Amino acid sequence: MAFFSYLISGLSLGAIYAIIALGYTMVYGIAKMLNFAHGDVIMVGGYIAFTCSISLGVNPYIATIISALGCMVLGVLVERIAYRPLRGAQSLSVLITAIGVSYFLQNVALLIFGANTKSFTSIINMPPLKLFNGELTITAEAIVTIIVCLVVMALLTLFVNKTRLGWAMMAVSEDKGAATLMGINSNATIGLTFAIGSFLAGIAGVLLCSSYPTLTPTTGAMPGIKAFVAAVLGGIGSIPGACIGGFLLGILENLSKAYISSQLSDAIVFSVLIIVLLIRPTGLMGKKQIEKV
Amino acid sequence: MLEVKNLNVYYGMIHAIKDVSFSVKKGEIVSLIGANGAGKTTILQTVSGLIKPKSGEIIYNGENIVKISGHKLVSKGLAHVPEGRRIFAELSVIQNLKLGAYTRRSNFEIDETLKNIFNKFPRLAERKNQLAGTLSGGEQQMLAMGRALMSHPSLILMDEPSMGLSPIYVNKIFEIIKEINNDGTTILLVEQNAKKAMSIADKVYVLETGNIVRSGNASELINDEAIKKAYLGE
Ligand SMILES: Nc1ncnc2c1ncn2[C@@H]1O[C@H](COP(=O)(O)OP(=O)(O)O)[C@@H](O)[C@H]1O
Ligand SMILES: [Mg+2]
Repeated sequence: MAFFSYLISGLSLGAIYAIIALGYTMVYGIAKMLNFAHGDVIMVGGYIAFTCSISLGVNPYIATIISALGCMVLGVLVERIAYRPLRGAQSLSVLITAIGVSYFLQNVALLIFGANTKSFTSIINMPPLKLFNGELTITAEAIVTIIVCLVVMALLTLFVNKTRLGWAMMAVSEDKGAATLMGINSNATIGLTFAIGSFLAGIAGVLLCSSYPTLTPTTGAMPGIKAFVAAVLGGIGSIPGACIGGFLLGILENLSKAYISSQLSDAIVFSVLIIVLLIRPTGLMGKKQIEKV
Repeated sequence: MLEVKNLNVYYGMIHAIKDVSFSVKKGEIVSLIGANGAGKTTILQTVSGLIKPKSGEIIYNGENIVKISGHKLVSKGLAHVPEGRRIFAELSVIQNLKLGAYTRRSNFEIDETLKNIFNKFPRLAERKNQLAGTLSGGEQQMLAMGRALMSHPSLILMDEPSMGLSPIYVNKIFEIIKEINNDGTTILLVEQNAKKAMSIADKVYVLETGNIVRSGNASELINDEAIKKAYLGE
């Protein structure tokens, strides 16, 4: 039973990575940039929810929505102010800017909230699920997190494959110039991608802080990097890939913590990434190159 | 319908288009011919707003469109079949076509246009659910044309539509261009296949390293000795 309990908490951690990885992968797929500040948007989401629900006493679900919307606005502003002027610049310049944005957000949080750890109260106020006469306990946070992740993935897949805007995103992702010739505003489409990714980061922030209730200005950094690894593992640019990568990473991390060593778990996770990339450089679900005729 | 006046385009320090002027009247096929690197693609991309010129005017239906973003020109009736086709390889044929109608709102009208395009290009109808990247070169060219027609344009810019195609497809593509023109669409055609282009064009401009060096009616230029020598391989 202990194994299943580790497995489920791994799934739940993986679901958080997956939601973050979705933002990474969509922005990469469409804007062709690695938004290294994405992890810090999660931290901002955590602080917004913390301020609303704990300092101001707002209903925790409403606080979650405020947090997601706040992150959405933040993501769009960051894209507009920091990344859009660099459209067409070398990818190294964009990457350095993204790292700059990351430090900027961390330091603003430090300035406002201080370095002390804030203890977050879970927004999910439900009893855990006990199975097999109480031998297996599943927290409500784990259940909610996994369900939210699956719903988000399904909605995003539908959005991208079935709606006009989703097709526009795919068109911009393949060829910005040709998309412009279709009458698609590629800047607006990239902005929309940031909006969606950052909205999800806000939700991920609240879920993360509900399961791991400590909040500091660097809370988002490590999950951000792990989610990036998940996105690469699954095949960067691929929506189902981000989910599979996230779940695999969460499970792997938790099982290695439980059975091998909690110090080595990160090293194990990164080794697996390296091995997978050696065998399949495009990741598990990475796009096959279509041969151009 | 389209009047380009004293256009100058730079790539960094490179002066790619030098004071170019030309015009396209409603209902015409105007052909822009010239060797590789002469600046034909640059001119088309500037007209459709993908590249911003350093100076000059582009008057389209009486309006100077130089400052208008490229994506806003499509709903003004300007379509562009780009060099190398640039279809969306990872989307299906039908998705490509529907993206061509991105700026149109009425589903009924879009379906009507789609029907017409499937009549014109039966191959596309047969392959509508296939990924566009799996089509042959000639089929991709037809898709690129069909996609441009989906916006119901009044002026189409075509950049080397016959490039890389087998002779059978080349003839077919030129027939289709003629047909599109007969349906009432004005065409600005860029070609390296000067002979074919001149045979269907009303007016011809000859471009050499960013300058227009000759212009005139196609019927006159096609018999011009210098043109014959330089561009028609005779
Ligand atoms: N993106 C670019 N950057 C720099 N120079 C370019 C670029 N595109 C084209 N050029 C240069 O501009 C000139 C005209 O190119 P182009 O318009 O593609 O000619 P054509 O379509 O007639 O073959 C060429 O000398 C080419 O090398
Ligand atoms: Mg060209």
